[in-house]
Amino acid sequence: MDANSVKSNNVVVFSEETLTKVNKIIARYPEGKQKSALIPVLHLAQKEFDGWLDVPVMDYVASLLSITPIEVYEVATFYTMFNMQPVGKYVLEVCRTGPCMLNGSDQIIEYIKEKLQIKEGETTQDGLFTLKPAECLGACGYAPMMQIGKFYHEHLTKEKINEIIDLCRAGNIAID
Amino acid sequence: MSNKLLLKNSKVEGIKTFEVYRKHGGYVSAEKALKMSPDEILEEVKTSGLRGRGGAGFPTGMKWSFLAKPEGIPRYLVVNADESEPGTFKDRYLMEYIPHILIEGILISSYCLGANTSYIYIRGEYSWIPDILEKAIEEAKANGFLGKNIKNTGYDLEIYVQRGAGAYVCGEETALLESLEGKRGNPRLKPPFPAVKGLYQCPTVVNNVETVASIPSIIEITGAEYAKLGVGRSTGTKLISACGNLNKPGVYEIDFNLSVEEFIYSEEYCGGIPNGKKLKACIPGGSSVPIVPARLLLKTAEGEPRLMNYESLSVGGFETGTMLGSGGFIVLDEDQCVVRHTMTLARFYNHESCGQCTPCREGTGWLYKILKKIEEGRGTYEDIDLLWDVQRKIEGNTICPLGDAASWPVAAAIRHFRDEFEWHINNPECLTRNYGIADYAQV
Repeated sequence: MDANSVKSNNVVVFSEETLTKVNKIIARYPEGKQKSALIPVLHLAQKEFDGWLDVPVMDYVASLLSITPIEVYEVATFYTMFNMQPVGKYVLEVCRTGPCMLNGSDQIIEYIKEKLQIKEGETTQDGLFTLKPAECLGACGYAPMMQIGKFYHEHLTKEKINEIIDLCRAGNIAID
Repeated sequence: MSNKLLLKNSKVEGIKTFEVYRKHGGYVSAEKALKMSPDEILEEVKTSGLRGRGGAGFPTGMKWSFLAKPEGIPRYLVVNADESEPGTFKDRYLMEYIPHILIEGILISSYCLGANTSYIYIRGEYSWIPDILEKAIEEAKANGFLGKNIKNTGYDLEIYVQRGAGAYVCGEETALLESLEGKRGNPRLKPPFPAVKGLYQCPTVVNNVETVASIPSIIEITGAEYAKLGVGRSTGTKLISACGNLNKPGVYEIDFNLSVEEFIYSEEYCGGIPNGKKLKACIPGGSSVPIVPARLLLKTAEGEPRLMNYESLSVGGFETGTMLGSGGFIVLDEDQCVVRHTMTLARFYNHESCGQCTPCREGTGWLYKILKKIEEGRGTYEDIDLLWDVQRKIEGNTICPLGDAASWPVAAAIRHFRDEFEWHINNPECLTRNYGIADYAQV
């Protein structure tokens, strides 16, 4: 969680820096169309509040955009990039569709499951890793691949997975 | 050697920056266009014969000419960068490595359409690309190609980037507009079309990244010269994103008279199939278009060489042909299992259905479950007929084309590889996965 933001006893407030970003985003749209900022603001909220969206956070976003909470819930639950439950620090999103499958993504997923001792959708006990299979991430020519945070890791092999997981454990991998 | 329009400077160091892009002829087309009238630009685009590069192949000039122009109501250009079709990653390449070609294309297109605001709606997972685009937008603005009174023409334009959040259906233009308005990506019923009531109920053109990025070349060389580069109604050049079992997967710019065989096997393009394996099948236009076996891919049913263009790939209809679609070229070698591959695609479409139309919401789930059952060796012959029946009931019965996209791969897989489905029913183990199709053919 961002050091300058607040989330306790159902009180949620973005940091000053994020609030500035929110206002800048709202200004991209015509007057009265601030609802257009919902998805970008939910991205900011998820990033600021530990990688997932709970009800108080979604209600806060609704109040910022002057829309009803249900309008936020229905959007947050529709898009796969928004997490509705806590996730690990590193969410390993491994693509498993078509071209990635042809290049061994199934074996990569199995290897990660075995290595981290978790099933698909689960988080390791230390809270570091969540494994989340993904349906096509647009890296088909560089398969198999996975996304961690903001970045893609392509041409995966078991050795590369070992390396990435070690880097994550050492806190030496960029996610943002 | 292929004519290069979009990728001609892609290997130039620093081409991502305004300075280098400009040094290599960037924004010259924009300057030229700003001296033309919007009608003259529209005429050039129509003459070029450019077809939308997102998959549907609808003529761009015609689409632009449908735009309603009531007084006092803003018009919008929305760039569809929600590239989410399995096999398709060409727009990513353009935005990541040559962002200014898109910005220049947006400037010319928006000027032609009379739009003062343009939004680039990009799939959420491409989360590092908005930074690249925003930097390019800032640079263009700093150099007078965006903002107020562009190059003293009195024309104003702002471009904004919006990230989606992981929904394939938002690649459908009306779902994209819903998402841009901050809603679930549920496609709208058409008509009215976006050209009449689009973003915020205002006249809107939604164009794919590659389409818009092609506009500067058309202005540079003229529409007539652009049209000459192609074959028939496939004009200009096309980006193909090649993947699957290939020695050199990647993004290539091709001429439309290139043969499929040359594209797969020549060193200039994909360099053949790894380990000298045989070609089994290919989906040439992104996962939603019909898969075709090698015998119908390299040559048509009439024995003519199949070419990499809209018309040649579709010769014979879906019975013996396929589609160019978005140019997502997925190759399967002899060891790949068509049933398993089709199952992953069915899972994808089931996952991505917005759930608005019953045939799609329920049908895609059925397709996936039946395919999974067959793939795991638990299927029956009746399941193949059921699969066929379910896909027929989805096709054409939904608001948006996601239903067709889910249906066609299954239909084509059964049409051309029924024996492989039957093998899975009779044998719990996947023979092609374990022994290769060459052995399978001898059984």
